[in-house]
Amino acid sequence: MSLVLDVALTHVRARARQTLVAVAGVATGVGFSIMMAALLQGSQQDFVRQLVNAMPHVAVSDERRAPPPQPAEQFYDAARIDGLKPEARRRGIKNPLATMASIESWAPGAIAPSVKVQGILRYSSRDVATSIVGIEPRREAAVSELPKQIRQGSLAALYSTTNAIILGDRLAEKIGARPGSKITVQTSDGIRLTAQVVGLFHAGVRSVDETTAYVLVKTGQILAGQTGLVNELRLRLADALAAPGTAARIERETGYKSVAWQEASEDLLNAFVIRNIIMYTVVGAILLVASFGTYNIISTITHEKARDIAIMKSLGLPERTVRRIFVLEAGIIGCFGAVLGFALGFGLCVALGSVEIRNPFTDVTHIPIAWSPLHYAMAAGVAVVSSLVAGFLPARRAARLHPVEIIRGAT
Amino acid sequence: MSATDGAPSTGTPLIAARGVTRILPGIVPTTLVHDVDLAIGENELVAITGPSGSGKSSLLYLLGLLDLPTAGEVLIRGRATAGMSEEERAHTRLATLGFVFQFHFLLPEFTVLDNVTLPMRALDALSPKAMRERGLDLLGSLGLGDHTAKRPDQLSGGQRQRVAVARALANDPPLVLADEPTGSLDSQASEQVFEILRDLVRTGGKTVVAVTHDLDIARRMDRRIALMDGAVVGDERVVVAPRRNMIIPGRTEGANPESSPG
Repeated sequence: MSLVLDVALTHVRARARQTLVAVAGVATGVGFSIMMAALLQGSQQDFVRQLVNAMPHVAVSDERRAPPPQPAEQFYDAARIDGLKPEARRRGIKNPLATMASIESWAPGAIAPSVKVQGILRYSSRDVATSIVGIEPRREAAVSELPKQIRQGSLAALYSTTNAIILGDRLAEKIGARPGSKITVQTSDGIRLTAQVVGLFHAGVRSVDETTAYVLVKTGQILAGQTGLVNELRLRLADALAAPGTAARIERETGYKSVAWQEASEDLLNAFVIRNIIMYTVVGAILLVASFGTYNIISTITHEKARDIAIMKSLGLPERTVRRIFVLEAGIIGCFGAVLGFALGFGLCVALGSVEIRNPFTDVTHIPIAWSPLHYAMAAGVAVVSSLVAGFLPARRAARLHPVEIIRGAT
Repeated sequence: MSATDGAPSTGTPLIAARGVTRILPGIVPTTLVHDVDLAIGENELVAITGPSGSGKSSLLYLLGLLDLPTAGEVLIRGRATAGMSEEERAHTRLATLGFVFQFHFLLPEFTVLDNVTLPMRALDALSPKAMRERGLDLLGSLGLGDHTAKRPDQLSGGQRQRVAVARALANDPPLVLADEPTGSLDSQASEQVFEILRDLVRTGGKTVVAVTHDLDIARRMDRRIALMDGAVVGDERVVVAPRRNMIIPGRTEGANPESSPG
């Protein structure tokens, strides 16, 4: 065993209690950093998962990013036409079945058509503006969580009667409707029909639960006054992260506006960047505080060992060797602290992950925890490096001690 | 190392001071050592004497490269030390000098043997096995063969000081510097340590420079350098050649403190 290691280990061993406190300090820092990282990243992943689940990965609508060019503009390059009423387009995605088939042929995942109509629900003299979505229940299950969100009735019940409708639970509460109620649906074009409530759903997002109703595609088309109309295609991809590329390709191939979930929730994803900065700052601060503990212990050891340092230097040990001894002591503390911190962090994560959160509106959930070796590596890396730095400063000071001053002081 | 018999060596001195002055800086600068010229050769037993505050210890630290002179220079075997880096000075100390202080200054957490082998390990010239053997030999020759695995605080003051001597001899240096080596010992232990230091010169061929205010011990040294207010005020030599063969056989314990051929 090298002299440096031998002396360092002897010092650390001889001060078992102080060493233990320092190791515990580093371990606490590492453990809580790991926990914080797991918690923050876990909740973020959970949030993204919910976000991704709550919305289609790619939504293809019948709109275009740019207004359609006027015929005159198509013919004459120099023409610019002002004050003209834009050509009214026929709404809907052209030839939806062929479009769906073409997208399905290359994009791995599921696709479902829908019709979106704005209308007013009327029941017992209460009016609520509602977004009515015509869906195909069989395909819907593959692209959204709706089947799981049904609280009363079932999605298949849409087939059970003509003009069946499923309401958001808060919407139903607002107008006072219950399953079985017959309500009036009216659109801005004056189309009006009576629908029977066959189920309630709870998406967990207030704005959705208060303003959305589902009907069959056919019913939706009747309300829109246009047979065969499909104005939105929703995709759920095998790989949610591939959404932007897929959306871009669909847009290129079909010309329709295709929005990936990342684009739709850009603001949220930007917020995550800030959240990550906060996370790393907090984690860094915890480790920094822990490294002060290391600094403290190495300072104390070097202070107590001033006489021994003087002895070693008077024997002829160079400054470099003396410095190494104390840096190594800090490294030993840092390494033990990191290993102990792994256990602590793991334990905290397991404990937190087993906490159940009961909420009257949702199922029992657990605190989301992300398990990543990166958290451990990061925390250990910062802990060991900061321990070494924390050890280096007092070690350098110790190594520079003038032996004569201490020997004189002793005599 | 074989010393030329009898008279002090006339060649390059083992250690020399030329105009060495040490001033402690401060609001009122204190002169510790003033313009000391000194040459100490191989195989000398030298006492540095003087009243408290006369600068004896300061001079010893300067000779031992523990402190740097404000002016003048210290030469070891004719080699200037002023231009040396910290590391070179440390290495010179390790290989050429052995220090014994008034207090034993052993590392408390290490065993007696580990304390003795520490300088060898720092120099790293021997195999671990050879270091261990040499350490045991040194301790055995100083009558500490039964205490090698103990910690310093389990030994008596005289025993600790003998361990400190063994440590000073670890790398077989030609020069041993001792700062009041008997200052904290009772008379019996003092006598024992003095005899060990004397035998290092008589039979080990080493040079011992000891700072002491014990006049009885100083009187039995071969050469006495007297200091007063940091300056050399006396340097007397005793011819010792006839006594050499009379003293050594008389000793029963530690008759051969140096196991290596002298």
